[in-house]
Amino acid sequence: MTNTLLKGFPIKEGERTETISKRRERRYAAEKRFKILGILSILVAISTLFLLIGNMINKGFSAFKQTYLELSISLPENKFPNEKQISPNVISELNFKSFLKRALLKKFPEIKSRRDKRLLYKLISSGATFDLQDAVFENPKLLGKTITTLAIASDDVDQYIKGNITANNQGRITIKQSKWIDKLVDDGVINQKFNLKFFTNGDSREPELAGILGATIGSLLTMLVALALAFPLGVAAAIYLEEFAPKNRWTDLVEVNISNLAAVPSIVFGLLGLAVFLGFFGMHRSAPLVGGVVLALMTLPTVIIASRAALGSVPPSIREAATGIGASPMQVVLHHVLPLAIPGILTGTIIGAARALGETAPLLMIGMVAFIVDIPQGINDSATALPVQIFLWADSPERAFVEKTAAATLVLLTVLIIMNLGAVLLRKKFERRW
Amino acid sequence: MVATKNDNQIKMSARKVCVSYSGKQALFNVDLDILHQSVTALIGPSGCGKSTFLRCLNRMNDYIEGCIFHGSVRIDGKDIYDPKLDVVELRARIGMVFQKPNPFPKSIYDNIAYGPQIHGLAKDKSELEEIVHTSLEKAGLLKEVKDRLQEPGTGLSGGQQQRLCIARAIAVSPEVILMDEPCSALDPIATAHVEELIDELRDNFTIVIVTHNMQQAARVSQNTAFFHLGNLVEYGATETIFTSPQDERTQGYITGRFG
Ligand SMILES: Nc1ncnc2c1ncn2[C@@H]1O[C@H](COP(=O)(O)OP(=O)(O)O)[C@@H](O)[C@H]1O
Ligand SMILES: [Mg+2]
Repeated sequence: MTNTLLKGFPIKEGERTETISKRRERRYAAEKRFKILGILSILVAISTLFLLIGNMINKGFSAFKQTYLELSISLPENKFPNEKQISPNVISELNFKSFLKRALLKKFPEIKSRRDKRLLYKLISSGATFDLQDAVFENPKLLGKTITTLAIASDDVDQYIKGNITANNQGRITIKQSKWIDKLVDDGVINQKFNLKFFTNGDSREPELAGILGATIGSLLTMLVALALAFPLGVAAAIYLEEFAPKNRWTDLVEVNISNLAAVPSIVFGLLGLAVFLGFFGMHRSAPLVGGVVLALMTLPTVIIASRAALGSVPPSIREAATGIGASPMQVVLHHVLPLAIPGILTGTIIGAARALGETAPLLMIGMVAFIVDIPQGINDSATALPVQIFLWADSPERAFVEKTAAATLVLLTVLIIMNLGAVLLRKKFERRW
Repeated sequence: MVATKNDNQIKMSARKVCVSYSGKQALFNVDLDILHQSVTALIGPSGCGKSTFLRCLNRMNDYIEGCIFHGSVRIDGKDIYDPKLDVVELRARIGMVFQKPNPFPKSIYDNIAYGPQIHGLAKDKSELEEIVHTSLEKAGLLKEVKDRLQEPGTGLSGGQQQRLCIARAIAVSPEVILMDEPCSALDPIATAHVEELIDELRDNFTIVIVTHNMQQAARVSQNTAFFHLGNLVEYGATETIFTSPQDERTQGYITGRFG
């Protein structure tokens, strides 16, 4: 049978099937290669992520535990029978430090020389004194009794117990001290416990007392300000540009500039904040308010671009339908377009916010890098932020700050994950599946 | 040609309508009268300006970038391009049904209730419910959907969706309903449904329908306008147009020689 189908085509009758099958093999091979490449790149990405997180967990996990000394302390009699007289000032007149020292010394009756005593006392953190003082202030009935208290160990003891430093006579822990520590461990005096202080304290010069709460609150306040500004402003700008603005040279110019702003290095926004908000408006230095405003400016272009994309992807037929039954342009947007665009807008905003949360450079410029012990109570208090705290700790010489740095990174990552989770949930809630 | 009819029956009249998109003219001096409570079909090869003309009738072209309108369109003698006229109110008087069914991604009930709600046509919930039911009834959809009014409108079949869109247009009780190829995305059975519906709606509404289906024009319309390359070539009673067209372009088109 001669094939009339192929008449006029350059290909010969007998070669047709063979040519096609040869080509098909090549096509399949190409497809396979592409798939393998895709899987490989995903594997690389995932393993890098695991490497990063694994490394952080490995380094930082020990920071969630803290070494304590279990000491029994006999407190002096209560000299203030009237409870109302008991104030922090009155309580602090008692020499809690000496109580702790005495209790520790009792474990080592053989130590006599002043130098050795001083070395011994160094095992306890200065924070232990305040802990004891607070406990007594909260419950004055303890006075006159013998109580068992957990005295927080100094960072060197903590690191020695965790095996991060070794004892030598030039180092932070001398051979003599290490022998005492070993004995205390054997006696069950030294123990490790969950490090609650890390989550409830602000920053401190003493690693064993340093906590992440101040920076976390600072970060959250900053983000709150940033989102409260960037989200409504960004969405409003996007709605105007996408739905109402005439297409002319001016709006083109605005558009180009917004895209450019999205690419401006963040430190430039910090400089702007320094010059304008601190310099010109005289706002409070180091405050989450200023940080939030600066980060809002930085996030704004991202929010605008993402929102415009989300608005633009709403099918025009929905707009036509609403316009056709007499909805005003504003109603078309608010009743129909915006609800459909909200999931996309939220995703864009969260991506912008996540970037802002991890931002350090602009915050350095406006002074949120200061050493701040107190937990910020409002957006005008001095504060620092999580990434800045990480930066500060990473820069500290004490060995104990290494694990704190990693642990703070874990906290930052956790906050990020929670934010993203929130975004996913919000998306799910607003997404219409019909 | 000028298409004028007995004046007291005229619902809408277009005079010297010229439309251009970014300088490219799509309609040339179209004069056309649309009769009260009748179906007027606009036919012609694709790209001849049928949709453009239809959209002039409720000013849907306002939002198209670069679209310029000249001429006048009147409804009951009032110019709809009068700058003082409120477009929103105009659209409540002149409803529209589109080529592709485009229900809102909301429930069937909300789809229909939306128009009356924004125009404040229902004083309370029971009135709104009444409107929704009547509209569905008039669109011949009530029987099929009355048990699932809260289900998404987008879950209906194509034909049902289009009737839902017609019900949505009816719900604001417009005087005129514009339909742009309402059946082109539907199968023959759904099309028959919609055609029947159009025939019934004629009793209460003035309907202008764009169609590329000549049989459909012949079946549903009383008057037919034939457009060609942006010109209104011929306009008259449907019967006349289909049995003894005056212009040879019309004849060529309806006998299928081009299109
Ligand atoms: N939004 C638009 N922008 C530019 N040109 C358009 C637009 N809509 C229609 N046109 C042009 O106007 C002419 C008429 O189009 P249209 O009214 O849609 O034709 P029909 O509905 O008869 O097929 C066509 O040449 C088309 O290319
Ligand atoms: Mg068309």
